[in-house]
Amino acid sequence: MFKQLMIFSIEKESYLRACGHLRKKMNSLVGQANGDNNKPVESSIRSKLEEGLEPNFIQVVNESYMHNVPKGSETHFKVVVVSEKFAGQPLIKRHRMVNELLRNELQTSVHALSIVAKTPEQWQESSKLVEPSPACRGGFGK
Amino acid sequence: MFRTIRFASLVRNFATKPEEIGNLVKGNKVVVFMKGVPEEPRCGFSNAVVQILRMHGVQYNAHDVLADEELRQGIKEFSNWPTIPQVYINGEFVGGCDIMLQMHQNGELIEELKKVGINSLLLETAKEADNTKK
Repeated sequence: MFKQLMIFSIEKESYLRACGHLRKKMNSLVGQANGDNNKPVESSIRSKLEEGLEPNFIQVVNESYMHNVPKGSETHFKVVVVSEKFAGQPLIKRHRMVNELLRNELQTSVHALSIVAKTPEQWQESSKLVEPSPACRGGFGK
Repeated sequence: MFRTIRFASLVRNFATKPEEIGNLVKGNKVVVFMKGVPEEPRCGFSNAVVQILRMHGVQYNAHDVLADEELRQGIKEFSNWPTIPQVYINGEFVGGCDIMLQMHQNGELIEELKKVGINSLLLETAKEADNTKK
């Protein structure tokens, strides 16, 4: 009787462990499908820019890995936004539009933001290649 | 013919207060707020701005925001611009690294410098190259 109970509890334990493992796996699969489970900042940048600028094309690149920050950080970003809303606006105004939409992110977690802001016409004419940001020089100041 | 060599003038003010920023930005025709100093920038974006200004042979005042936390916050509010570096020409905010890079590439920077009486070194080098061709 006691032996049986032991076996049962061991089985139960390994069963629960397996369940936990499966659940974790499921979560990570769902996360990959959504693409944002582990990237809250990246996804909020994307959704705010999509909402505010209705872009024809948008690219949000997490460049944090290039810098002196822990792995998986969301501190350094590059955004490429192609939107009709930039038409007739000088570059500085376009940057201000982006900065304004991401004000909250820039005040809290985001620390470097490189911006490419073009109209659809300019984007068509351009090489559509986005140059990488300059290499880090170690000055991660706090 | 000797080419005039101009050095970036360095002003390191360690005790800049936010209320003084209005004066700081007018301290020279070109003023840069950056991380580190021109000889040793401590951020790739600041370094890019330094290199661009060097190519154009521009004399400027540089302020290291890493040496002054008050200035670091103050300049962001003053310019209503969230990132460093920041460049001022003739007391007016011009932009950060991306904008400087683009102005450098499309020739606008040469024009903006000309407006405030600075002849870009790139123009002079181009002229010299032209003369040797002739």
